[in-house]
Amino acid sequence: MNFFNLLRIALKALRRNKLRAFLTMLGIIIGVGAVITMMAIGSGSKQSIEETFSSMGTNMIIVRPYSNIPLPGGVRIGSSNIQSLTLKDVDKIRGEVTNISALSPGISSSGQAIRGAKNWPTNMQGASVDYLSIRKLSVSIGTNFNEEHEKSFAKVCVIGQTVVKNLFEPGENPVGQIIRFGKIPFQVIGVLTEKGQNTFGQDQDDIIVAPYTTIMKRVKASIYIQNIFASAEKEELSEEATKNIIAVLRSSHKLRKEQENDFDVRTQQELISTMSKTSNMMTTLLTAVAAISLVIGGIGIMNIMYVSVTERTREIGLRMSIGAKSRDILLQFLTEAIIISITGGLIGVLLGISATYFIANFLKWPTIINQNAMLVSFLVCVLTGVFFGYYPALKASSLDPIEALRYE
Amino acid sequence: MPDILKMENIKREFILGPQVVKALRGISFSVQTGEFVSIMGSSGSGKSTLLNLIGCLDKATEGDYFLDSTNVKSLDKNELAELRNKKIGFVFQSFNLLPRTSALENVELPLLYQKGISRSERKERAMQALEKVKLADRFEHTPNQLSGGQQQRVAIARALVNEPVLVLADEPTGNLDTRTSYEILNLLQELNRDQQKTILLVTHEPDIATFSSRTLILRDGKLLRDFQNITVRSAKEALAAIPVNDDF
Repeated sequence: MNFFNLLRIALKALRRNKLRAFLTMLGIIIGVGAVITMMAIGSGSKQSIEETFSSMGTNMIIVRPYSNIPLPGGVRIGSSNIQSLTLKDVDKIRGEVTNISALSPGISSSGQAIRGAKNWPTNMQGASVDYLSIRKLSVSIGTNFNEEHEKSFAKVCVIGQTVVKNLFEPGENPVGQIIRFGKIPFQVIGVLTEKGQNTFGQDQDDIIVAPYTTIMKRVKASIYIQNIFASAEKEELSEEATKNIIAVLRSSHKLRKEQENDFDVRTQQELISTMSKTSNMMTTLLTAVAAISLVIGGIGIMNIMYVSVTERTREIGLRMSIGAKSRDILLQFLTEAIIISITGGLIGVLLGISATYFIANFLKWPTIINQNAMLVSFLVCVLTGVFFGYYPALKASSLDPIEALRYE
Repeated sequence: MPDILKMENIKREFILGPQVVKALRGISFSVQTGEFVSIMGSSGSGKSTLLNLIGCLDKATEGDYFLDSTNVKSLDKNELAELRNKKIGFVFQSFNLLPRTSALENVELPLLYQKGISRSERKERAMQALEKVKLADRFEHTPNQLSGGQQQRVAIARALVNEPVLVLADEPTGNLDTRTSYEILNLLQELNRDQQKTILLVTHEPDIATFSSRTLILRDGKLLRDFQNITVRSAKEALAAIPVNDDF
């Protein structure tokens, strides 16, 4: 029998029981729909995490002092108190590492920012002109400080929105105003664009940026710096840049081969991959749950096909008596099962897409419809049809026509 | 006239646990093209077993059966199916039409299992078969929109569509009232007379057998009698003899 006849026979048989065919499909529809939706939510949240990181600067490299060797007496000290990074290191990196596009020393001091009767506890970040570009920060009102300010230890600063809110009246222009940090007055020359919280819930707007020279000389009175921030030219180069920085710093710190690094270099890339792993795991978990419903849908097909075979025993007997071979009957029932699963799969894909749009538009969750997920769940669906349709079809095809014709 | 059907010492035994049931104990007869044969016998006489053998649904334990010069013995399951598809038209007591399927599609069914028949040819041949049973105007009706007699006529059309050498009717009037039975018998007689269709009719009613040209009587798995009907009753006349609307 040719394929079209087979298809025609199976379609006709299904058309005789439309409601049942639809109800059987429902399991598959829900299964496929759920798999697609879950994967869309999974990919969406993964991308959202990645976006958060890139807004923090994906090619950012941070160097901080680090020591694994306790002080005499066994006391371990925090990285901000280790004095190993200096401006000399920054200059060496600037001179020797080629694949970085921006570089800034970092030294921060926490304290009370005061203006008139208002005050706010915050953190003052001493950095170079490049700092804003490394952290993907931008100035919305006023300007960033410049290299002249750095050279002259100028008491100028750029402030974040949270600081503005807490020190200024609504609508007041902070640019040109003087605020005090501790006892030292600073002139506000710029306000940063609002950035909101990052993935960890940290307020990225609660910041004051001032020239590192000013912080080192006037606020902290220190010749050491706490961090070195750098930007790799490209995201892919961050690993290589990291290696170069390590090499430069080791030679700068005159470390012997067997000595451990007295600093630690981290890139955003490492963080991203950690977060992506977590997100992937969640996606896998959700998809696995959804896949279970697909299997249950398949069992539904098997169940109905068995019922259908029993119910249509006489029809099978008739078909055999007028010339249908066992193979024809097998293929007919198999085709019916596959049609159910394919149609169910297609409707499921549509349902999954609609549900994803619904979630994206009404719940405002980040979602990405994954074409591979669609393809895979559709194929799984067809395989489900073949697998769960095979045994009922085999049962139908092995009936004895004489018995089947007499079946009541 | 060539033999369309020839049975030589056919035996059929069933093994039911420790017992061997001898359903047919050696039957020999032949049927020629154009004959209208009725097979009679009480229940348990081996009638159904013989019918299954003639219909190639079953194979004999012993003996040879030639259908249109093919020895059925040597055929496997698939070849038997093909033989049924090409050479035999079945008519059943309970019609066995597919529900919720139009008359035309029901009639088309045997052709779907034949190779190399186009859709248009299938439709055309099914329509021709429906015309033969005078139901061409009802081709779109589903079985539940047809009366019992009309349903049986659709079933006969289905049996004719593959142009079989033999029409095998198993108690075709068993589920019908007298009037409709005569209508069906009239149709069978016309097919036999006008189109030279060989018809084998199984019945347990002696009345029905009188419409055929030859009667075989089975008892206990053996052929008891085999005789030509000298006076074949005409179903048309019998139909005229009973008053119209008598069963309303």
